[in-house]
Amino acid sequence: MKTIWILAEARNGRILPVAEELAGAARQLASTVEAVGWGGAEAVDFATLGTYDVSRVFRVGDLGDSLVGPRVAAAVGEMLESHPKPDAILVGATYDGRDVAARLSAKIDVPVLTNVIDLNEIDDALVSTHAVFGGTVNATARFTGSGPGIFVVRPKSFERGDTGGAAAEVVDIVAADPGPSDGARVVSRHVLTQDGPSLDSAEVVVAGGRGLGSKENYRLIEELAHLVHGAPGASRAIVDAGWVPYSHQVGQTGKTVKPEVYLAFGISGATQHLVGMKDAKHIIAVDRDPSAPIFRVADLGVVGDLAQVLPKLIEALRARGSHESTN
Amino acid sequence: MNVAVCVKQIPSAETPLAFDPTSKTLVRTGPLVLDESDSFSVEMALRLVEQSGGGDVTLISVVPDGETQGLRTALAMGAARAVLVSDPLLSGLDALGTAKVLAAMVRRLDADLVLAGTESSDGYTGTVPVQMAELLNYPAVSFVRHVEISGDHLVTERQTEEGFEEVTCPLPAVVSVTAGVVEVRYPSFKGIMAAKSKPVEVLTVADLGLEADSLGIAGARQEVIALEQAELRPSGEIITDSGDAFETIVERLVSWNIISEHQ
Repeated sequence: MKTIWILAEARNGRILPVAEELAGAARQLASTVEAVGWGGAEAVDFATLGTYDVSRVFRVGDLGDSLVGPRVAAAVGEMLESHPKPDAILVGATYDGRDVAARLSAKIDVPVLTNVIDLNEIDDALVSTHAVFGGTVNATARFTGSGPGIFVVRPKSFERGDTGGAAAEVVDIVAADPGPSDGARVVSRHVLTQDGPSLDSAEVVVAGGRGLGSKENYRLIEELAHLVHGAPGASRAIVDAGWVPYSHQVGQTGKTVKPEVYLAFGISGATQHLVGMKDAKHIIAVDRDPSAPIFRVADLGVVGDLAQVLPKLIEALRARGSHESTN
Repeated sequence: MNVAVCVKQIPSAETPLAFDPTSKTLVRTGPLVLDESDSFSVEMALRLVEQSGGGDVTLISVVPDGETQGLRTALAMGAARAVLVSDPLLSGLDALGTAKVLAAMVRRLDADLVLAGTESSDGYTGTVPVQMAELLNYPAVSFVRHVEISGDHLVTERQTEEGFEEVTCPLPAVVSVTAGVVEVRYPSFKGIMAAKSKPVEVLTVADLGLEADSLGIAGARQEVIALEQAELRPSGEIITDSGDAFETIVERLVSWNIISEHQ
């Protein structure tokens, strides 16, 4: 494979880990890795991507109050006409990444493969792996049409693998105004702060599902998370039910987490959920239903009533905590 | 305001998901139901129409086999009509192909706004709404948790990794709605009865002036090569709580150095 382009998303002046992971994946597959980034020259130091063997970064520039999707997809679309085409384009599965992939797919009339967790070259074709059926089955897929395939890769699927390569060349590119598709305007950005570690990087995640029985009981999950210095998470079922915001969701749709310990309470373990947490180092699951699929991935499974187990566990940890603090 | 809502009919949660061994695409036969995640966009659409003081909600959907059961659920909630593209040609259609069919349907309608869920509960590709917007040359706001009409444009809140952003958007536009953001109404008995007589227009691919080749039917542009058993975690210990399981959990947390050993 000759060339792979990656989407280099940055936030608050920092290139996202998922972009560095894409570089790590691309380097194993292609002799040349180039990136497309956006943001003003002072905002992000794209040259640092050289450390992951990215040779060149095409910088779209500051997007102002535009959404990322239409502007970046338009720029990549133009570049595909003016540059030698890459063999594949890798995009991280972030909110903006998915927008870019979707717009670009429609623009250049090439389908997308999403939820990619691995990439390999087999018979000169890039073959992607996708976890299905709760991670019990891996499906492999490839593009059969022409044009660079667009792969949307889940975060934490690849190692970054810093090689200490030389600084990447940064090339400014100017793309035409996308027109009506760029009509939306970002008026303000809001950061929701939370106590404790973020779901993405927490060493411990404590997640709740429908088995909690009610929205009110989710506070037990939050309290337990606090006691073990973890982050609270949730299954899609209770996000759909409106108990907790979407930002708490772990799974195919939500976040992928790889904590040291994942504690699941009242989560049966639908495919959608297991895909987001099955790579935790240790898993403890508590659920009433002995046949719940979550028990297949748990290091410790407790078949029991949450209304009994959860308060007792909180009480025990609280007692230890108060004792420790007086020592 | 006239709102079109993209709805997907999927196998019910009781039907285990399965792959067709030949085409290696998801089997979608048997009774189909409204994808629960689409009920939020239907609800949002009904509220926006009420808020704007006029217009109605049209459902648009794509299936290979003429199934309408899931559409009736959304009609019972209050949508005025449904347009269904049903064509055996559409078996194994990928996300871009689906977006092409939906975009062609939107072009036939007089819709100010197109709403959709963020991704289906069976395929999870999550790209269809924005692909459709690009094909229509519309602006799109994806992963939206709140929408209001303000004069001739929308004011939305879009989910971000760090929180949310407030995004304004002119019409016509495509908006994808995250699940759980509005309380979905239950269809009333009256609504269920009325839904039986609401119009469901059924079209074929040819009616839309589309050619099957351009839609990328399964295997034409991307294919599933193989399905293999994933490496499974070694199975752990399963215990039944008899009042002291919490102690076992604490012991494990100690052994993994999550909490300290001393009491």
